[in-house]
Amino acid sequence: MRDVAIIGIGVTKFGELWDKSFRNLIAEAGAKAIIDSGISGNEIDALYIGSMSAGRFVGQEHVGALVADSSGFTHLHIPSTRVEAACASGGLAFRQAYMSVASATHDIVVVGGIEKMTDVVESEATNILAMGLDQEWESFFGVTFPGVYAMIATKHMHDYGTTREQLAQVAVKNHANGALNPNAQFKKAIPLENVIKAPIIASPLGMLDCSPLSDGAAAVVICAADLAKKYTQKPIKIIGSGQASDMFPVHGREKICTFQSTVHAAKKAYKQANIEPKDIDLAEVHDCFTIAEILAIEDLGFVKKGEGGKAIENKITTLDGSLPVNTSGGLKAKGHPIGATGISQIAEIVMQLRGQADKRQVKDAKIGLTHNVGASGATCVVHILEAM
Amino acid sequence: MENIGIVSYGAYVPRLRIKSSDIAKTWGKDPATITGGLGIIEKSVPALDQDVATISVEAARYAIARCNVNPQEIGAIYVGSESHPYAVKPTGTIVGEAIGATPNLMVADYEFACKAGTAAIQTCMALVKSNIIKYGLAIGSDTSQAAPGDALEYAASAGGAAFVIGKEKVIATINETCSFTTDTPDFWRREGRKYPAHGGRFTGSPAYFRHITECSIRLMDKIGTKPTDYNYVVFHQPNGKFPTRVAGMLGFTPEQVKQGLLCPYIGNTYSGASMVGLASVLDVAKPKDRIFVTSYGSGAGSDSFDITVTEKINELHKNNAPLVSQLIANKEYIDYATYTKYRDLLYWE
Repeated sequence: MRDVAIIGIGVTKFGELWDKSFRNLIAEAGAKAIIDSGISGNEIDALYIGSMSAGRFVGQEHVGALVADSSGFTHLHIPSTRVEAACASGGLAFRQAYMSVASATHDIVVVGGIEKMTDVVESEATNILAMGLDQEWESFFGVTFPGVYAMIATKHMHDYGTTREQLAQVAVKNHANGALNPNAQFKKAIPLENVIKAPIIASPLGMLDCSPLSDGAAAVVICAADLAKKYTQKPIKIIGSGQASDMFPVHGREKICTFQSTVHAAKKAYKQANIEPKDIDLAEVHDCFTIAEILAIEDLGFVKKGEGGKAIENKITTLDGSLPVNTSGGLKAKGHPIGATGISQIAEIVMQLRGQADKRQVKDAKIGLTHNVGASGATCVVHILEAM
Repeated sequence: MENIGIVSYGAYVPRLRIKSSDIAKTWGKDPATITGGLGIIEKSVPALDQDVATISVEAARYAIARCNVNPQEIGAIYVGSESHPYAVKPTGTIVGEAIGATPNLMVADYEFACKAGTAAIQTCMALVKSNIIKYGLAIGSDTSQAAPGDALEYAASAGGAAFVIGKEKVIATINETCSFTTDTPDFWRREGRKYPAHGGRFTGSPAYFRHITECSIRLMDKIGTKPTDYNYVVFHQPNGKFPTRVAGMLGFTPEQVKQGLLCPYIGNTYSGASMVGLASVLDVAKPKDRIFVTSYGSGAGSDSFDITVTEKINELHKNNAPLVSQLIANKEYIDYATYTKYRDLLYWE
C-alpha cells in the first residue's frame, strides 16, 4: 500500500436546486475539483461516483458511465464506477477510489458524490430513503428513517439521561456553523426553543432534529502522495481508512445505542493512522438526525458511551470547543444530498486542514476525521486526514 | 389606442367563513403559527347550494345592475375557473341564460388555474377592439378544492367577479395588457382527481414570484411606467404574504397593495382572487387613479394590466350592488365539522 493524498476539492451549493439537473451538478462539482487540483483531464485514470438512488430520484441508472460522459471524458474511455451504500455511498466511493490509488492500480482518480432529491414529492423521498432500511423487517412494518432514529433517541434518553434540550443543541450548533458556510442549504442560526417547538416528526425528534432533502454534489481529486507536490503546495494525506458493517435491521442488535459499524470502522482507521481519538482536531460526523451526532461522538471514542449529550451541552463540539464537530453545518444545516454527503465531509476537512475555511476555520487544525453512516448504521466509513 | 376597458363590474363572495385557527386546531397545528405564517385569518366557504355557476351568476347580475348595458348587447361570455361544476357542459351558458344574454353570443369556459378570469378579460378586449362584439363579459370564479390536512386547506376558498368589457361608457380604461407564460408544473389537478397536488416551495420563487415579476416588469417597460405612477396595485393572492412580498420586489409599497389584498379575510378565491381584488379597488377609486394588476395562474402564467379610471366611474350605479367590503363584512362562521359537510369531505355509503 502506498500513501495517497487529496489534491483538489469541489462542492456545489446544497439545497433545492430546481434549475440544476443531476448531470449539471456532478459536472460542476467535478470541474471545480479538477480546477482546484491543477491536473488536466487527460491525467485522470478513473472515476468513482457515490449515489444512493439516482434510479428512484431522477429515473436514471448506469450513472458511472453517464457521469464520465457528461463531464467531458468520453474520449478518455476511463473506468467509471458507481458505488452505493445508502447514505454512506459517498464515503464508500471515496474509500474505493483511495484503495485503487493505494494499490497502485491508478495514479490519479476523481471521486464524486451526488444526489438530486427534490424532483420527487416529499412522501416519495421518504419512501426512497427508507429503502436503505431492511425492507422485510423494518420498512414493511411502516418504519421510516426518522422512526428508527426516534427509537434510538428514546432508548438513549432512557439509558443515559440524555435530554430533549441536548438533542436540540446539536441542531442549534450545526445551524450556527451552517450560517458561516456559503454552500450550506440553511445559512441561518436558530434558537433552541425553535427546535423544541418544531412540529414532531417521530417523537422525540421534531422537524429541526432532522436533516433536509437536498440536491447537491461534491468531488475530490486524489493521487499517489509522491505525485501530490507536483500539483499543490497543500496536499492532504489520507492516513486512515476504515469501513465496517453491522446487523442490518436495528432491532437485532445487542445495543441499539451503539453503532458497531462506527466502532469497528473507527478502530481500523485509528490503527492505520497510528493515532487515538484524542489526537483528532476536528470531525465531520453523520448527523442525519440530532441523536446520530451524539451516537457518533460516543462511538468514535471522543467521549464515553452515554456522555454525548453532556458533551454537546458543555459545548465541547462547538467551533471554539476542544473538538469542533460538523464545522460545515453538518447534514442538518449544510444539507444532505445522500451520495454527496460523504465526499462533502472530506472536502470540509481538506478546507480546514488547508486553512481555507474562512469564518469557520478551526485554529491549528492538523488532523481531521470524517464519519459517514449508511442508513441506520449497517455500514460505516471513517477516514482520517492529515496536512502533509 | 381606443378607449377599451371596464364598463361595469360585480363581485360575489359566499357568506360562510371558517377561521384558519379552527382548521389548524383540527390538524393539531399551532393556530398562531399558521395564521401568522400564511397571513390568513379566515376564508370563505361555499354553502351546499353554491358553486361556480351560482357565484358567476351573482357577480354577473351585480355587474349588469350597476350599468345601463342591455344584456342582449353582450356578444361574448367567458368564465374562467378551475372548479366548473361540469367537466363537460359550460358554466357560461348558465350565466348567459340567467342574465338574459342568450342566444346570439359567443360562450366558452376557460381554465388556467388562478388566472383564467384575467385571460377572459384579454379575450373580451380583443373581440371588442376588432369590433366583433360590442360588450363582452369576463368572469373569474372558483370554489377551490383542498385535500383535508393539506396546506392549501387554509387558503382555498370561494368567490368571483365579473367585468363588462367594452369601448362605450368605460369607467376604467385598460391602457395595455401583456402576459408571461411558461410550462412550469408548480400546482395541478389531474383529470378525475378530487384534489389538486402541488410542489411545495416550488410554487414560490420559480412559479409565483418569477411569473408575476417578469410579467409586471415587461408591461411597465412596454409603456414606460414605474411603480410610483400607480395609486393601487393588485396581485394574485394565494396567501396573505406573497402579494406584499412580490410588491416589495417590484418596488410597490404595502399602501398600494392594501385595498386589493383580500386574502387575509376571504382566503384565496383562485380565478376570482386578483379580479375580486380589482373590484375592491374600483369600489373606492376616483377618476384619473391608475391601477396595476398582475394575476398568476399555476402551470404557469401571469397577465398584467395597466388601468386608468375615467370620469365615467362617477356615473356608475355602484350602490345597485354590494361593495366588496360589504360582501366581506356579511359573514357567518362555521366550524370544521360543518365545513366537512359543505365541502363534501365526508364519506358514507
